[in-house]
Amino acid sequence: MVEEKLEYWRWTESSHVDSDRDWRDARVITLGIDVGSVSTEAVVCLDGELYAYNTIRTGANSPDSANLAMEGVFAKTGLTLEDIHYTVGTGYGRVNIPFADKAITEIACHGRGAHYMGGPTIRTILDMGGQDCKVIHINELGKVTNFLMNDKCAAGTGRGMEVIADLLEVPVTEIGERSFDIDEEPPAVSDICVVFAKSEAMARLKEGWSKNKVIAAYCRAMSERVCSLINRIGVEEDFIITGGIAKNIGVARRIESILGVKARETTFDSQIAGALGAALFAYTLVTKKNKG
Amino acid sequence: MITAGIDVGNRNIKVVIMKEGKIASRLAGTAGFEQREVAFKLLASAMADAGVTRDEVAHITATGMGRNALDFADSQVTDVTAAARAAAYFFPGVTTIIEVGAEESRGIKTDGKGRVLDSAINEKCAAGSGSFTESMARALGMELDEFAQKSLESTVQIPMNAQCTVFAESEVVSLIHQSTEKKDIARAVHDAIASRVSSLVRRVKLEGEVALFGGMAYNPGFCKSLMDKLKVDHLKIPEQPEFADAIGAAIVASKRAA
Amino acid sequence: MIAHYGYKDAQGEFYITIDTGKCVDCEGKPCIKACPGSVFIEEEDPYGDEVVAVDDLKRKKIMYECAPCKPTRDRPPLPCVVACPHGALSHSW
Repeated sequence: MVEEKLEYWRWTESSHVDSDRDWRDARVITLGIDVGSVSTEAVVCLDGELYAYNTIRTGANSPDSANLAMEGVFAKTGLTLEDIHYTVGTGYGRVNIPFADKAITEIACHGRGAHYMGGPTIRTILDMGGQDCKVIHINELGKVTNFLMNDKCAAGTGRGMEVIADLLEVPVTEIGERSFDIDEEPPAVSDICVVFAKSEAMARLKEGWSKNKVIAAYCRAMSERVCSLINRIGVEEDFIITGGIAKNIGVARRIESILGVKARETTFDSQIAGALGAALFAYTLVTKKNKG
Repeated sequence: MITAGIDVGNRNIKVVIMKEGKIASRLAGTAGFEQREVAFKLLASAMADAGVTRDEVAHITATGMGRNALDFADSQVTDVTAAARAAAYFFPGVTTIIEVGAEESRGIKTDGKGRVLDSAINEKCAAGSGSFTESMARALGMELDEFAQKSLESTVQIPMNAQCTVFAESEVVSLIHQSTEKKDIARAVHDAIASRVSSLVRRVKLEGEVALFGGMAYNPGFCKSLMDKLKVDHLKIPEQPEFADAIGAAIVASKRAA
Repeated sequence: MIAHYGYKDAQGEFYITIDTGKCVDCEGKPCIKACPGSVFIEEEDPYGDEVVAVDDLKRKKIMYECAPCKPTRDRPPLPCVVACPHGALSHSW
């Protein structure tokens, strides 16, 4: 019997429906789709309020991933595409979503989504995605005033974390907890290129470091790297972390401690910010159009 | 006079023994974790090959990223200077040197007599060095030699968007899924690294003939891509180009011993 | 909006910063033509303003794209920065 290769990078897909509400009562139903390099999210808003969402791993192409994520929401709510008034696509695959009415950059959508998730006092958003890392400043309306993005290099992204999860054969969902299960915080792996960091991690293991210690050193390297990005435009409170890595407390806590700033807690899945922002932009576009 | 040059890289260590300005022996080994011990053993073997004893070696100069780890060396010299001296030894008058090793690449401008005028270096990003090619060949399930050769057969130019080795691996996988031919992917990889290396060279200004050092000089696919990018019709490559820095260090050693 | 296009990698920080608020009323957006590497594009931002941005295809290799304008010695002033009448453009490296 062939044993299936374990996929250590695999994180949990999630979905949610606000069961207190019925979409049939809504005036405007909008859909936001965020096709990222690693995950795809679909969010439905009723009259500009979050109603349902679904996150999946991005497949081989953007249209299929967008469809799959959308069907996930529809299956749980009974909605169909005909019920949707307007759809905005965002993310890396945003121009390849066949049923989207408009594409909007992920920077603007993340700003808008995080403003909703964290409230109007949010000024700085750190979004750590599968293949990028963004720092965004927004004003009290959720409009972007300053941003910086890093999508050239895997260091400081979810993909970089997956590489180390695979190397150590530790599920990526356990990385956060395990990174604190150590006697003393080790120095960060010194190299910030994922390829070289991987060789360094292998060297530390050979020297006899425990897996947890290597994980801690890697989380610290990643946090330092991300903080140096943040420091380019600064951090203004309130601060929120979104994206898949927000769920990795090994990185999130270390970032907070390096910056000396606590990140705002949110009850929503941190991965939906972009799609949520897209659905909110869709709502604005529909209401503007109706007024005009 | 007899001298030794040792190039301590992250990946490999190379030793050269020079006797009266001629290369008497050369030897390379994997660096591993004990750079000093590995270098010491390689030096002993290289001396034996050259038929010389430790007492006859007038001066040992170390170069490479790990050069300070060798407490038995008499002096150190930077990689850039070592490469410049080696270029003057092999190709006097050539002022533009490119060096692409496993984990670093450089563009160097010299006066043609071994003096460095300027340099631009990439040593911290895997995408700008030989290890990029190795990762991509692995992603394609090909041996490095085959990968390098196949690239030459390609007549199509396809762009690689990823600038990072980790992301490029995924891009190669999706190119395979799109049934792109292996030879075309191989060429795209070599074109990508050649374009990064050529931009380093352009920063120090490309002038006249170009010398290429480092292990990547063995890769004909990369050399072809690099010549295309630089718009030159040939590259001056010495025999065993990966020993260039060690040879340069041995030349520095003979100057310092004199 | 202050937009930072580019990246940080192990070699350093390579960002072109554009103060897009200054682009809105800029006639002809001369930086676009001034750049020999065609790095800049005009686009409508999500809030409906016509601004200058760095082409997505150039962003991830901006250090290489800009290299011809940045020799290690005797660097002349950058053509894009010179062309911008509003001082909206700067480079981090």
